[in-house]
Amino acid sequence: MSAKEVKTGIHFINGDEACCEGALAAGCRFFAGYPITPATEVAESMSRRLPEIGGIYIQMEDEIASMAAILGASWGGVKSMTSTSGPGFSLMMENIGLGICTETPCVVCNVQRAGPSTGLPTLVAQGDMMQARWGSHGHYEIIALCPSSPQEMFDFTVRAFNLSEYYRLPVIILADETIGHMTERVVIPPEEEIEIVNRRKPAVSREEYLPYEADADGIAPMANCGDGYRIHVTGLTHDERGYPAMDAKAQEKMVTRLVDKIRNNRDKIITTKNLFLDDAEVVVVSYGISARSSMQAVQDARREGIKAGLIKLDTVWPFPEDLMRGVAAQSKAMIMAEINGGQMVLELERAACGACPVRLVSNYGGAILHPALILGSISKAAKGKL
Amino acid sequence: MITAKTAKNLPPHPMDSLLRTERIPHIWCPGCGIGTVFSAVIHSVKNSGLDPNNIAMVSGIGCTGRMAGYIRLDSFHTTHGRALPFATGLKLAKPDTKIIVVSGDGDLLAIGGNHFIHAARRNMDLTVICVNNLNYGMTGGQQGPSTPLGAKTTTTVNGSPEEPFNFCYLAAACGATYVARWTAMQVRSLRSSISEALDKRGFSFVEVITPCPSSFGRRNRMGTALEMLKFYHGRSVIRSDIDPRDASMDIDREIVVGKFVDIERPTFMDHYEKVNRLNSPQWRAMHPDQKAR
Amino acid sequence: MTDKRERHILITGFGGQGIVMAGDILGRAATLYDHKHATMTQNYGPEARGGACSSQVIISSEEILFPCVEEPEILVCMSQEAYTKNVKSLRPEGTLIWDTDLVRTRKSDMSFKTFHIPATRFAEQLGTKMMANIVMLGFLSAVEPLVHADALKKAVLESVPPATRDNNLRAFTNGREYGQSIIKGTVEQEQAKLQD
Repeated sequence: MSAKEVKTGIHFINGDEACCEGALAAGCRFFAGYPITPATEVAESMSRRLPEIGGIYIQMEDEIASMAAILGASWGGVKSMTSTSGPGFSLMMENIGLGICTETPCVVCNVQRAGPSTGLPTLVAQGDMMQARWGSHGHYEIIALCPSSPQEMFDFTVRAFNLSEYYRLPVIILADETIGHMTERVVIPPEEEIEIVNRRKPAVSREEYLPYEADADGIAPMANCGDGYRIHVTGLTHDERGYPAMDAKAQEKMVTRLVDKIRNNRDKIITTKNLFLDDAEVVVVSYGISARSSMQAVQDARREGIKAGLIKLDTVWPFPEDLMRGVAAQSKAMIMAEINGGQMVLELERAACGACPVRLVSNYGGAILHPALILGSISKAAKGKL
Repeated sequence: MITAKTAKNLPPHPMDSLLRTERIPHIWCPGCGIGTVFSAVIHSVKNSGLDPNNIAMVSGIGCTGRMAGYIRLDSFHTTHGRALPFATGLKLAKPDTKIIVVSGDGDLLAIGGNHFIHAARRNMDLTVICVNNLNYGMTGGQQGPSTPLGAKTTTTVNGSPEEPFNFCYLAAACGATYVARWTAMQVRSLRSSISEALDKRGFSFVEVITPCPSSFGRRNRMGTALEMLKFYHGRSVIRSDIDPRDASMDIDREIVVGKFVDIERPTFMDHYEKVNRLNSPQWRAMHPDQKAR
Repeated sequence: MTDKRERHILITGFGGQGIVMAGDILGRAATLYDHKHATMTQNYGPEARGGACSSQVIISSEEILFPCVEEPEILVCMSQEAYTKNVKSLRPEGTLIWDTDLVRTRKSDMSFKTFHIPATRFAEQLGTKMMANIVMLGFLSAVEPLVHADALKKAVLESVPPATRDNNLRAFTNGREYGQSIIKGTVEQEQAKLQD
């Protein structure tokens, strides 16, 4: 039987494997990585699958090199990705910044485990939310997706590639150990039903082409290495030609575009799944594995007659602050459920801006949040006790 | 002195087709050895007969890293130390592209040292040119992995307490298929080595000992750029085909120059094809003459 | 909070016994062939072999949210350590299943529904104790039918190396037939080994 690029059908696989299949379905043909629990299965799956469909898998000397290699491969015109967990994600920060500055499409999957440092390698956490947002130096915008099931690992990895190709930046999948290692049904649709986005190519001649001159929507068409455009790509602040431009004016112009291409398109990028929002008095906001505990808690609360609702963040970055602001204005209270000391709750507080109380249900990692814990918080909030 | 204004009035240079002329003048100091190496690279590229659209240059950070900004090829000025892994990804995505990595001594072998040994071990098909000026030039002359024991830099005012690397010996030990060293004065040999390195399949490495008159030369009272060039040249001894272990790199005694390694070894892609593709049913169906290992 | 429609199974033993594989096969059978929802999660320490190991399987006709098995209704124990550690979590009305030769139970456990099978010995008789997990699945399919036996068989066949399919099928059948005869009462269960 010949190897398939898209394994259409119903599968019983874990989240890491689903991530690999999503990447291949999206057209990824290059993976560079370094083994790390709990993301190793992504690399292992890639190492088996890529060679059989004509792609390249390479295990680099570290995560710094892995991130650099996927940027290089992307400029070679090949969709590329890497996967890692906390310690490796820290090492990748420098070249994620290079990817942002040079507007290089690629995907980074971070299967989160508990930190700081080596922490709990085999146990769950969601402690890298702010690192994903701000971890590389300087100011920029990022896109990060949070899958809550192996199925979403597949779906969101496809979407991560599409977003990265369209908006030209490294897109981060912020999974967690439980989702990565959990085995469930994953339905892979027929190839023709999977929407694929490819980077915009220059429509002008080599003489006219300016590598960093954006179209009206803020996105610059991208020439790959070898296309004959003889591009220059640098992590220095640069002008439309891609040449270093060392002054405040050039900096303002470049960063404004890097930021605006995400900010101005956030309505197209952000997706959430909302449950019982119409009449909800207490709204839980959550993502990743915590969103499943939260959904259980919200359903249990409804059975107890409490008007609870849920916003599950599919995209955590950019943060859906407009939605949150609107919901906060109509809610008795909002609750953020997450496995860290309180990271996304800061965003929620900022968006709610005092319109309703905001409460955090969390632990520091090592175990997923129990629905009863979240239910307890919902009950209290419903009674006005905070 | 050539300024942006006067440069416009100069007659065309024979290398103009490979230069981003609109970016001249460059940032390098008068007397810097990078220009010599840059010109040798361009010369070799021009004489290689390769389509320039199929050649790319990748660099890291530092004075040498800026070469990528002046050459009219697809060129990538990446992060400090990371030119080699970036080039690795680029090469594997576009195996038919010839990739030249240019890097300073600190970029390539301090912050990038781990990448260097592994790229050489894998025998990545890359041509690596190292401009070794014995210190960190761009940041004002700090001690680096090639700074000679006792040499003065802004961070070793009493003399460096560390022993430097011998880059050629290291490259050879890690598995490079081509290893050569010249001083910036030996332009003809340098050009021919870069040309050979470009022709070579696998990890080829050319080290060039260059003057940094503004920093290393000034702090170590080595005189003008020309005096430094002559000094390094005077210390050099051509000894090709010796064991790279004996290719001494000691500015106080002897700088052994020449070609130390020129071997054939399967590249990463050679092995990858054999191990993976030959075991893939799809690939075997397409290549019925090949047998699985 | 655990929904009645959800079946919670905990399979336990030590690394190398195919505990995770057993959970995977059970979930696979439920998902792919019985068209139900199933979630399999696993707990493991840093050791690859010999450490305590468990796989948690939830099978449901509806979408599963919270994936942890906290109070299993079926507990399968394939090592003494796993038994000691996990028997406390079994629901009072739950079913305790163990490998006769590997676990000493307590008299008080007889308040559960109990079944045991010398799964490792059965597997050894077929040539390799590696198949003890498959014997156990066959036994489980008879004494606690969570999924259709055919579904489980299909899942076994697609999970084991092709060269070992026949042997694994025998292992499954042996376990299943032993279970069936105990249910029918045609075979007496061996005397369980009890703790002092």
